[in-house]
Amino acid sequence: MLILTCPYCGVEADETELAPGGEAHLKRETVGASDEAFEDYLFRRENPKGVHFERWRHAYGCGKWFLAARHTVTLEVYGTYPAQTPEPPKDIVAAIKKRLPEWEGRG
Amino acid sequence: MSHRLDGKGRLIDRSKQLRFTFNGKSMTGYEGDTLASALLGAGQSVMGRSFKYHRPRGVVAAGVEEPNALMNLGRGGRFEPNQRATTTPLFDGLTATSQNHWPSLDFDVGAVNDMAARFLPAGFYYKTFMFPRFAWKHVFEPFIRKSAGLGQSPTEPDADRYEHAYHHTDVLVIGGGVAGLTAARAAGAGGAKVMVLEQTAHWGGRAPVDGGEIDGTDPETWVNSAVEGLENAQNVTLRPNCMGAGVYDHGYVLGYERVAETTPGDGRPRHRLWRIRAKQIVTATGAIERPLSFPGNDVPGVMLASAVRDYVVNWGVAPGKRTVIVTNNDDAYLTALALKAAKLEVPAIIDVRPTLMGPLAEKARKAGIRLMSGKALVGVKGKKGVTAVMVSDLEGKASPEAIDCDCVAMSGGWSPVVHLWSHCGGKLTWDDHEAIFKPDPTRPPLGADGQAFVATAGNASGAMGLAEALADGHEVGRQAAKAAGGTLTRKAAPKAAETERQPIKQVWIMPTSAGPDKRMKMWLDYQNDVKGSDVQLAAQEGYQSVEHAKRYTTLGMATDQGKLSNINGLAVLSDALGQPIPQTGTTTFRPPYTPISMGAIAGEARGPLFQPIRRTPMHALHETAGAVWEPVGHWRRPFCFARTGESDHEAVNREIVNTRENVGMLDASTLGKILVTGPDAGKFLDMLYTNMMSTLPVGKCRYGLMCSENGFLSDDGVVARIDEQTWLCHTTTGGADRIHGHMEDWLQCEWWDWKVYTANLTEQYAQVAVAGPKARKVLEALGGMDVSKEAMPFMTWHDGTLADIPARVFRISFTGELSYEIAVPANRGAELWEKVREAGAEHGIQPYGTEAMHIMRAEKGFIMIGDETDGTVIPQDLGLHWAISKKKEDYLGKRAQERSFMASPDRWQLVGLQTLDGSVIPDGAYAVGEGRNANGQRNTIGRVTSTYYSPTIRKGIAMGLIHEGPQRMGEVVDFATLDGTGTVIKAKIVDTCFYDKEGAKADV
Repeated sequence: MLILTCPYCGVEADETELAPGGEAHLKRETVGASDEAFEDYLFRRENPKGVHFERWRHAYGCGKWFLAARHTVTLEVYGTYPAQTPEPPKDIVAAIKKRLPEWEGRG
Repeated sequence: MSHRLDGKGRLIDRSKQLRFTFNGKSMTGYEGDTLASALLGAGQSVMGRSFKYHRPRGVVAAGVEEPNALMNLGRGGRFEPNQRATTTPLFDGLTATSQNHWPSLDFDVGAVNDMAARFLPAGFYYKTFMFPRFAWKHVFEPFIRKSAGLGQSPTEPDADRYEHAYHHTDVLVIGGGVAGLTAARAAGAGGAKVMVLEQTAHWGGRAPVDGGEIDGTDPETWVNSAVEGLENAQNVTLRPNCMGAGVYDHGYVLGYERVAETTPGDGRPRHRLWRIRAKQIVTATGAIERPLSFPGNDVPGVMLASAVRDYVVNWGVAPGKRTVIVTNNDDAYLTALALKAAKLEVPAIIDVRPTLMGPLAEKARKAGIRLMSGKALVGVKGKKGVTAVMVSDLEGKASPEAIDCDCVAMSGGWSPVVHLWSHCGGKLTWDDHEAIFKPDPTRPPLGADGQAFVATAGNASGAMGLAEALADGHEVGRQAAKAAGGTLTRKAAPKAAETERQPIKQVWIMPTSAGPDKRMKMWLDYQNDVKGSDVQLAAQEGYQSVEHAKRYTTLGMATDQGKLSNINGLAVLSDALGQPIPQTGTTTFRPPYTPISMGAIAGEARGPLFQPIRRTPMHALHETAGAVWEPVGHWRRPFCFARTGESDHEAVNREIVNTRENVGMLDASTLGKILVTGPDAGKFLDMLYTNMMSTLPVGKCRYGLMCSENGFLSDDGVVARIDEQTWLCHTTTGGADRIHGHMEDWLQCEWWDWKVYTANLTEQYAQVAVAGPKARKVLEALGGMDVSKEAMPFMTWHDGTLADIPARVFRISFTGELSYEIAVPANRGAELWEKVREAGAEHGIQPYGTEAMHIMRAEKGFIMIGDETDGTVIPQDLGLHWAISKKKEDYLGKRAQERSFMASPDRWQLVGLQTLDGSVIPDGAYAVGEGRNANGQRNTIGRVTSTYYSPTIRKGIAMGLIHEGPQRMGEVVDFATLDGTGTVIKAKIVDTCFYDKEGAKADV
């Protein structure tokens, strides 16, 4: 059972306090998008064996959505940050590179 | 023959005799006995029958690894199958029965399988699936069902209670043997908060039995003083009888504590499940001895050498009078010496090693035991008990010598218990010198910070000697304290000494040249009846992966999960594949370490505490009125209010007729009520709903639909505009929390710069719907507000005071009748309900329940989320185009609804259905059309979504999704029934609205 720190209320929350929300940093496609771009947005998700960016909601806590950078195999957590962040922040990227120098960024 | 020894047994109290029954027979044991030691003490060495061949089986081990002695324990509400006799503490009044036999343990008809063993090899289940086809159903399945399976299932609810407990600690030590205690002392001395779990009732593990010296004293004395020291330490918690069941992500551990197993009904919980978070975990889980594979190694009386020693030393029980030792290592010599010390006969030690020169061999020689070096045990005589063994050279070529005995103590070496290390990803490495898989400290389980959070100590690390194990435990404990935020203690490790050991010789089967006949009698997995020949067959048939071979042969798949069989099975598989053991690898270790009770997993969550129940402010009044309850999400809502002598169905019909003719009242408090406010609230709601909400005038109501980004209809409800920047969104009862979460998701993660705030006010208001032609009269009688058509037209709302209660009244209708929904502060809800009932009395008001509500809305053709929708239905399928804005550039789901297959007319669409004979179509029935599918079933062209008897039109009515339905008005379609006769119900496709199509009744 994972522990993630909610960046809003600072609570180190057990997974049972959280609700998962799938991949982070998706760009919404809507009216006007090509079928392919829209299908990508709706259905295609990263499923990496490695670093992953995810959406979580502190559902049984402050109720806020936040994002987490996590290793899907080792379960290492590189950091959590507010949902209002269009791309992985610099400090999170630096934390990942420090541990995984060969990491090439988000797929 | 097993028997009790005079004056021995460090764990039993001879002054306290306990009575118990085994298969109805009365027996006695002592306090401190396990069920297994008491049975052996009472001379009962056959304890069960095997799973597949129904061979008589005796106890093999003395601990959690026991595969054979599985018992049904208790009776009635305390009945529990598959309990290991070796870990079941004896108590006065215990009742046990053995398993897997019919009609009796002594005479079992199923043992005929044993004679047919040649025809039941590995994978025979899978082969029966294949050929011939009819045989599975008519021959194999009935046979397997009858003969397979372990104990019976309980038939009564569990009479005991269980609980969960939570704990946070810096360092968790799992295992209270000498290494675990040493680790706990070192971690505690480093200032860490420490918890120690020990699965048995006793501290010190094997050390007090195995001997040696710690800090200049015997292990038992040292253990007592170490435990005393830990008990006195403020920062250390000791939990005996508590097994570390599993290690999970980020330092989460489940502990399984047996609290009141020996005192059933004393009021305490039977088991307690500890949910522990630890910064560092030390698994000091010891090691388990391996059996040896020789022909007849499953005859009752053949046991692990360590178990034989445990029964003698711990419980004063001799498994036999004459015990032959067979071994490939030095450890079994301790058993020989313990037996000699108890004045029991040891006619021979059969050792596969060619030269026996170590100090333990010397001691055995001095004790007058015959040592047979370079020899193998090639046969066991006896069926329900050992009578003799046959000894030959290692290859089994020499003509065998018979040695009379009634017990065989075997040792194939020791395997570290690596389960808890492995649960969360710790990797193993093969140590060829000790012939063990041991934890690889360079590849540990990693925590959230990417650092190791599990370390092993003692035997579990592969530190097999006493001195090594203690040094390891001390260092691991020190480091764990530091990693958890404490310091490195400067205290020294305990100093230990023991008799020096000679290396093990890796012999996995004996004789080494055994052919198929002998291998068919060598058991690897006792519980699942897997033999050497089965593993070889699996290898021959191409099962090279150890995980495949496991599932094909069922090796290691029983309740003991291969604790005894694993390494031997791997060794035999490796041999058959012609590759070294590390290349074969191990199967995956998964929690729990040993089975834990379902009760412990459930904890307090049963009966009324299973789920929280939400009650409306009027709940108690409904209860008094005789409501028949229906669960709706976590809510309880009245399904109907049945009167004495009235069936539910009759009550529902009465409630509908009364509402349509007079007036009815419904507790609508559970409807979701979400307030959305802020400068951008209108823009936000235009994105959320398919229709336009920003243009709704203040004081008005509008029905709206919400879709997911996939385009599918997700929720519906009436929206009321409260002021310039505030809207109140009603949701379905089950949807309130979900929709509030949905709104927050979009506000926080997509449109975070929009100025919108939401609040879920569902529980702040009680709401009562008053519906029916006389509804206005009732509200007028309540008094305080002008509820006339002119002052409050259809689809408007007003704030005011009704019957002296501050109220918001909505003129909306889900029944099709003239209808008001009155919302008041929740604490005035019961008062309002009573006042409405009193004011309505002279107009014939009656409360109605959810079923009447459902039927009345279906008569009107109104959809219900969850009936007409199932997550694959778009609003266009339901003919709700009128509620979809064509002007808006965007809303959630709009782009998805433009996708080709969504926009296609080739879909199942909503229509009304009227049966030709007036009957009611069964719930969930499918409409069948022309032709048949690949399975020979008739093709489906649609399905019913809502179906009821309508008391208003006195016929069965329904709605359903039918392929291109709206284009097929007037057609008759067939609905399949489930009575198995192939009969169909014929229904005509009609409009979805069965009642007051013009809507004249609601708008008066």
